[in-house]
Amino acid sequence: MYKGGRIIAFAALFCLAVLSPFIVNLANAAPAPETSLDTPAINAQQTKECVASTEYMKDNHMQLLDEWRNDVVRDGSREYESASGQVYEKSLDGTCLECHSNREEFCDSCHDYASVDPYCWDCHDGEAS
Amino acid sequence: MRIVGPLILTLALAAVAWVGTQYAGLYAVFGIVIPYLALASFVGGFVFRLVKWGKSAVPFRIPTTCGQQKSLPWVKQNKIENPSSFAGVVGRMLLEVLVFRSLFRNTKTEKQGEALGVGSAKWLWLGALVFHWSMLIIVLRHLRFFLEPVPGAIMALEGADAFFQIGLPALYLTDLLIVSALTFLFVRRVVIPRVRYLSLPNDFFPLFLLLGVVIAGIAMRYFFRVDIEGVKEVAMGLVTLHPVVVAGIGPIFYVHLFLASVLIGYFPWSKLMHAGGIVLSPTRNQANDSRAVRHVNPWNPDLPVHTYAEYEDEFKDKLVKAGLPLDAE
Amino acid sequence: MAKLPKQDELLDFSFDVPKTGWMHTPTEFKEGMYCYGTKPKNLEVVGMPNGHDWSPADEDWHLPEGWKDIVLNGMEDLMKKYRSFKLYMDVCVRCGACADKCHFYQGTGDPKNMPVVRAELLRSVYRRYFTTSGKLLGELVGARDLTEDVIKEWHYYFYQCTECRRCSVFCPYGIDQAEITLMGRELLNLLGLNTEWIAGPVANCYMKGNHVGLEPQTIMSNIEFLMEDLQDITGKAINPSFNRKGAEILFVVPSGDLYAEPGTYTFMGYMLLFEQLGLDYTLSTYASEGGNFGFFTANDMAKRLNAKMYAEAKRLGVKWILGGECGHMWRLVNQYMDTWNGPADFLEVPVSPITGTRFENAASTKMVHITEFTADLLYHDKIKVDPSRNDHLVVTYHDSCNTSRAMGLLEEPRYIINKVCNHFHEMPEETIREKTLCCGSGSGLNAGENMELRMRGGFPRANAVRHVRDKYGVNTLANICALDRASFPALMDYWVPGTKVMGVHELVGNALVLDGEGERTLDLRLEELPKKPAPASAGDAGATSDGEGGTDHV
Repeated sequence: MYKGGRIIAFAALFCLAVLSPFIVNLANAAPAPETSLDTPAINAQQTKECVASTEYMKDNHMQLLDEWRNDVVRDGSREYESASGQVYEKSLDGTCLECHSNREEFCDSCHDYASVDPYCWDCHDGEAS
Repeated sequence: MRIVGPLILTLALAAVAWVGTQYAGLYAVFGIVIPYLALASFVGGFVFRLVKWGKSAVPFRIPTTCGQQKSLPWVKQNKIENPSSFAGVVGRMLLEVLVFRSLFRNTKTEKQGEALGVGSAKWLWLGALVFHWSMLIIVLRHLRFFLEPVPGAIMALEGADAFFQIGLPALYLTDLLIVSALTFLFVRRVVIPRVRYLSLPNDFFPLFLLLGVVIAGIAMRYFFRVDIEGVKEVAMGLVTLHPVVVAGIGPIFYVHLFLASVLIGYFPWSKLMHAGGIVLSPTRNQANDSRAVRHVNPWNPDLPVHTYAEYEDEFKDKLVKAGLPLDAE
Repeated sequence: MAKLPKQDELLDFSFDVPKTGWMHTPTEFKEGMYCYGTKPKNLEVVGMPNGHDWSPADEDWHLPEGWKDIVLNGMEDLMKKYRSFKLYMDVCVRCGACADKCHFYQGTGDPKNMPVVRAELLRSVYRRYFTTSGKLLGELVGARDLTEDVIKEWHYYFYQCTECRRCSVFCPYGIDQAEITLMGRELLNLLGLNTEWIAGPVANCYMKGNHVGLEPQTIMSNIEFLMEDLQDITGKAINPSFNRKGAEILFVVPSGDLYAEPGTYTFMGYMLLFEQLGLDYTLSTYASEGGNFGFFTANDMAKRLNAKMYAEAKRLGVKWILGGECGHMWRLVNQYMDTWNGPADFLEVPVSPITGTRFENAASTKMVHITEFTADLLYHDKIKVDPSRNDHLVVTYHDSCNTSRAMGLLEEPRYIINKVCNHFHEMPEETIREKTLCCGSGSGLNAGENMELRMRGGFPRANAVRHVRDKYGVNTLANICALDRASFPALMDYWVPGTKVMGVHELVGNALVLDGEGERTLDLRLEELPKKPAPASAGDAGATSDGEGGTDHV
């Protein structure tokens, strides 16, 4: 092979680059975080019910929060009626964090895992109001 | 047919993934088996192609010289476009790979009555550059799904890409750019008559495939949201060799993943291998120094020549008559 | 021979594309666009295979038995031998950057002359027989069967490529159509399909030492003629040295310079220069060809013809070799000669006996280009020149494809021209240096029967010459290539009448002030020089005024 050394080095470099996530993770099988629902407020609930279904919230909570924010700030609309007929206040601090008072275990663990950097906490301090 | 065929094929592939997961529930096939097969094809095929090319000899030193050669000490050599050293070759190759130097030279020729006019034509260069760089940034961004913890550099890249904080989740600039660039590359292939004329179905297929991957990805991020934690679990499962099936991730994710798998699996067996080929291109990766250093051809054959002795023998009388000296006296 | 169409008829084409795809557009052999087929006799002389009687215009080309296997085995063999070939079959993405860069496409509008499509002519067969997808999917992936019509198409279009490498400059992967044409021609030669215009010179060169088949006595009497003219012009009797053992330098020129105008004027320029320098050189009647039509047939043939230069240098016992102005000769000297027929360890690293400059860039081939040699002389003020003797010439310079894109000899000739001429104007930037446009007759296409093809292929170049003629009044097209000198006169007569074609060393010969020489009244073409107004200080005109200007370009 003419300049075979260089070709093999190039091929090796290519493999190294493509397979680097495998190599980096060899000694590190970080498990997915468990979202903890273990808070006093949730534990105290009889029927554990959120503003929407778990599936919906997993995929779309950011969307809901964005809508709430716009509704409150722009239209002054503060009431949200869930599918079950329950009425909630459209409030991150007042509603969400009331139950999910464990921001680190509930919000951050997942956001960190998926490398999501929401700007919620630029204003909200993550404490229930 | 050259265009519609590949389009239908791409759509069919997308449908296969949708149906296969949503209705047939083949999560392990689309989430584990196919990605692994695709990766094996990608890595194995890429190396195979490099080695196969490498096995062909490089008999001569044939760089395309695009600047002044190294000659007299007072003549300024173009050390990049006409390299005479390894460093120069590396410089030339980096310019080709990183900024598409040769494509930047592009011009367009037009017939203006009885004359030819030559104009600048940088659009292809720009489109290609935007596409490739967006692609690179997007691939790097995706490392957030394959690494835990996510390195700061990747997070910073992501932050930069979403700098304008438009929409929620924030719009990635590269998403916008890659769709524009791919659309441009597709449209020029269709609209410029001579480019359409020379295009094959296998030129359209990768474009549709790439667009498919990108559109599915964008749809997933901005419209049909999926459980991103689940996605990362799947990805991490793959790269830690402990693959898992995670319930409840929307089928759009599997469309994205399947099209991406097809793309990388197809890569080494297609024109997409230009990515590896450019580095081996003899007109770009050799120094123009064959007058100073002898290049050896491994198969240089021994061949019969018409020797001077034979020549002299045949033209003896004529040489003498012309007053030229003879060897054989 | 076909009648050459008028200019406006010739230009009556557009860059539109036909309705049928190229794979389904049959090749029509148009008279004036191709060269006559090879005669068996000339192939036998050099032992090339499958010589037979045929003509491109015929329906039946009488392909040898088993031609398909010959071609396919040939392809397989060539792919092992040439990484360029294998790689360029695989990596093209058909971006179209090369499409309108080819002078034959620019002059014909024929889409099969787009370099990418010309390459696809071969790639389609490669895919069909050497790739899995091609075997299975055929035309869906751009593959097609190898048929007699494909062979004909190859012949038509691989002899409508001058291997000029312009497409390779613009290709993002450096895909070089010249490499693909070389391989295509190599395959065609396996079937005995070349052109007589190439095969004849090859046979001549092999047996007699040069393409035209000049025998020693003919060379000598031609030279005698030229030297008589030089005596008329300069009053000096010059005796060029041939086949002389023990000379310091072997001088090899393209044989066109020995017998045909305007190359002979360039030769006269060399001789004046060497006379003035008192150079210890010899020419050879055996190695009397710098060019190499073998390169337009097959690699092995090229190597066999090229072997004469080193062999003769060794026999004569010279120290190094000096090469004249020739395009493809220098592609081969730069990129092939040492590999083919080296190492030339019986020679020494070239040192100019006049300036003492050691040509390190030629340390291994031991061969120096005459413009490198002369530029070095001028830089060191070793010769006196009077550029005003070229004042009747308004000069532009044509880079030959090979010296620019396969060597990078760009500034040396310009430096010389700026020293020996007062009126020099460049053609537009996208038509010179690495982007130079071909004369349209390179790679063995400079025949008579394909004149229409040559006029078409040379049109883009002529278009640029016409531009500087209209803008600056250019009347002289300088060059450093024997094929240019052979082909440009016809091209200029057709497109830009009144333009002279001139080797750079003809300009040097005009301007060179010989020791003890009186005032010249004739240039090297024996044409009257315009009368000069009596100068204040005669004699030292040239070297000073424009001298500094010249260095700006390097």
